[in-house]
Amino acid sequence: MKPLPPATEHSRYIGQSVARPNALRLAEGRGTYVDDIELPRMVHVVYWRSPVAHARILKIDASFARMMPGVVTVVDGAEMAKICKPWVATLTHLAGMKSAPQYPLAIDRACWQGEPVVAIVANTRVEAEDALQYLVVEWEALPALIETETALDPDSPVIHGDLGDNLCFTRSLDTAGVDEAFANADAVAEVTFQFGRHTGVTLEPRCQISDYNPSDKRLTVHHSQQAPHMMQDLYSRQLGIPESHIRVICKDVGGSFGIKVHAYPDDFATVALSVMLERPVKFVADRLESFTSDIHARQHRVTGRIAANKTGEILAFEIDDLTGIGPYSMFPRTSAIEGNQVVNLVGGPYRHQQYRAKLNVVFQNKTPTCQYRGVGHPIACAVTEGLVDAVAQKLGMDPLAIRQQNVIRDDAYPMTATSGIKLEGLSHQQCLDKIALMMDYPALRAEQAELRKRGIYRGIGIAALIELTNPSAAFYGVGGARISAQDGATIRLEPTGAITVMVGVGEQGQGTEGIFAQIAADAVGVSMTSVRVVTGDTDVTPYGGGTWASRGAGIGGEAVLQAGLALQKNIVDVASVILKRHASELALVNDAIIEIATSHSLMPLAELGRIAYFRPDSLPAGFTAELMVTRHYAQRDYPFIFTNGVQASLVEVDVDTGFVKLLKHWVVEDCGRVINPMLVDEQMRGAVVQGIGGALFEECLYDDAGLLQNGNMADYLAPMAAEMPDIEVAHVETPTKTSQLGAKGAGEAGTAGAPAAIMNAINDALYPFNATVYSQPITPQKILRALGKV
Amino acid sequence: MSSMENFSPTHLINVTVNGHVEQRSVQPRQHLIDFLRDDLGLKGSHVGCEHGVCGACTVKLDGQIVRGCLVLAVQADRKRVETIEGLTQSGAARALQAAFVRRNALQCGFCTPGMLAAALELVETKPNATRTEVREWISGNYCRCTGYQAIVDAICDVLAENAEAAK
Repeated sequence: MKPLPPATEHSRYIGQSVARPNALRLAEGRGTYVDDIELPRMVHVVYWRSPVAHARILKIDASFARMMPGVVTVVDGAEMAKICKPWVATLTHLAGMKSAPQYPLAIDRACWQGEPVVAIVANTRVEAEDALQYLVVEWEALPALIETETALDPDSPVIHGDLGDNLCFTRSLDTAGVDEAFANADAVAEVTFQFGRHTGVTLEPRCQISDYNPSDKRLTVHHSQQAPHMMQDLYSRQLGIPESHIRVICKDVGGSFGIKVHAYPDDFATVALSVMLERPVKFVADRLESFTSDIHARQHRVTGRIAANKTGEILAFEIDDLTGIGPYSMFPRTSAIEGNQVVNLVGGPYRHQQYRAKLNVVFQNKTPTCQYRGVGHPIACAVTEGLVDAVAQKLGMDPLAIRQQNVIRDDAYPMTATSGIKLEGLSHQQCLDKIALMMDYPALRAEQAELRKRGIYRGIGIAALIELTNPSAAFYGVGGARISAQDGATIRLEPTGAITVMVGVGEQGQGTEGIFAQIAADAVGVSMTSVRVVTGDTDVTPYGGGTWASRGAGIGGEAVLQAGLALQKNIVDVASVILKRHASELALVNDAIIEIATSHSLMPLAELGRIAYFRPDSLPAGFTAELMVTRHYAQRDYPFIFTNGVQASLVEVDVDTGFVKLLKHWVVEDCGRVINPMLVDEQMRGAVVQGIGGALFEECLYDDAGLLQNGNMADYLAPMAAEMPDIEVAHVETPTKTSQLGAKGAGEAGTAGAPAAIMNAINDALYPFNATVYSQPITPQKILRALGKV
Repeated sequence: MSSMENFSPTHLINVTVNGHVEQRSVQPRQHLIDFLRDDLGLKGSHVGCEHGVCGACTVKLDGQIVRGCLVLAVQADRKRVETIEGLTQSGAARALQAAFVRRNALQCGFCTPGMLAAALELVETKPNATRTEVREWISGNYCRCTGYQAIVDAICDVLAENAEAAK
């Protein structure tokens, strides 16, 4: 691969696999996660949650609970509603979308198992849990709507009567020539795909400490969250506290993956309790309540069709997606986005001209779903790539060859894809060629054929994908959600020559602070050891959107670059005054002012800092050293900057047990400029494994009454080390021209492509048996059923 | 029911934690991990699931790794406990910590102290462990961020360093 020209004039760190400066602190157990924080007079809240899917709350008797030692208060939904307004999570650009008012604590009626109903606050967590055992809540079960398939039937119970039906959102898309394309096709394949519900399982559960100080009417919230400014805005609006009186602090966050980018009912309840009690209140979800109260994702049933002609040209895609989102659309990003993404993304890598999509997003009495790593991409990719393999099989074509034939050409950009999405610049052809070399595709196929003769069934699955990153305001802002599309960075030169970098995008383990340090060091011209990065504090950083939609590197990183370059210019101006040289003759390189012509060091940066801060009397009258600079960046050229990539999976299926062994996984990804190859590789690997989890293991299993059957770490199967393959990652770099840095997002593509690659590999392994499985997670039982063995 | 009932009978225990003797009164029902975090302020070990699956609370008890959420504090009476704080201070985990940082074998870091305790026991007791054995050994510790490969690489690095040093 030809290396890109450097992002800055004297590039030392950008593009290098530098270790994260903040990693050793965590490895030594010196992190500060929310539950590690103890504040004076802090009390602890636990929530009584609905034990059933749908119930009328008849009576709450807290008299015994209140008598328990250490109990401070017991609060129900009606009391809570006096200080915290309900919300309705819709976005205006999702036309016709509806949802019902939702309260911090359910009033009169609970709509899913796990919905918080009553808060018990005590001096310790143990005392609060003890008191919970003595809370008496009388309820009567209401008819529950569990299945999405019947949600729109006239005789199904309507969850929110005022809404008229159980339809949250519907959307159609039609390029008008679809029927004709299918009628004229030489081959048509139709598949119904099922995607199980799963959830994020952040190893650190959701948690916060809310600390309201009535003396200065200030609210401080320590939160394990991805979007501190968004939460500041929401607390302000729902509780009527001026936004300037609210500070949200997100120090170390123990995994997020989208789970921690939403505003949960218990978030508001905990804040309201601290306002009521005028003291700090800590809430830490335990693992069992995490399973029923963290957002779920991905419950979709998609029927898809693909048309191709006999030369292998893909002519059309058609999908019908039905997804269940729980009883409320989630605040404030809404639960219609995932389905909407599926409609936008199906067929994304390909040149077909015709596309029809139908989406129904329906309510049901299960845990609300919302954006989780990949958001719609894993579904769209599995549907697209499953259909491509299905039609290739009908045509007798090789899966790699049909993709190479049909992907959008690398020289065709910028262009608008058939679903209407705008693509700036992608590299499908380069990526496919590269992965074929990496995996030695012909040799693998030969080995597969040889092993089949011996009764060993291996499969090779390929998945091309596109991924939405660097979002503009098109995602949320235009729909009325106050979620910043712009982000900022402030960089300050310290008198010692060190720099402090404050950024609106925070760190949840991705290495965000590490790449910001790399970018800032290169942009300013200092060593990384001289860089300190501060994130996650609304009192300190510039206003920004935080971490979501793979925007940290592309949006936050560009703001850091621009701030760094501006600070460098200001520093050189100071040097010019001190040294009485023209600024054009000077540069800041390796922590020193140098003479460009000779590369001689003229002054260490620390000396410049000393003079500027402590001896400004020695500078000319009228000159002020501006040594703190803020720059902002918003991507405004495209709704989103898409990335692309391809993944391949090699599996072996035991046709007697249905067990799948993952032998190897390959990834070629194009996230534009790679700021830190090691960190991008690790984002890919971690995301691939989350995708594998959904493809093979993870599912929130409900019974007919809407009760979660496996809501614990033992029964919910998160991937473990022993069953995961080694994952080989390579890069193609097509930088975005929308920024100087040229970086696109890298955090979600792994999750987007893995389920499709795994599913295609399994079906490839099962090919000799004329058996297919399109229902994820692909369990041994489903494989044996497909083989007719159970 | 009387609100004056004693819900919190306690038990006096003596535990040597990271080399220091601690004498405390604890409730018999208190888990070791809560004793370490809440009573002693050792926040380096984390609580991930409280039912013995995730491994985030893994600590050493008399030299062997245990789940801090499956052992009661009273069971540690007259025993030695080592947490990430002690393993860091003594230098026992230093090579692993360096390899974890070098390989980026941690992202959010929440699982890392428990993962390191488990990895350390492997390095100490199975110096010839294969890559497959490393993967199996750490399968009692969930990591949701890394996908495990970098963790396996980091542990294998330390095994190789030790083997080289023993030559």
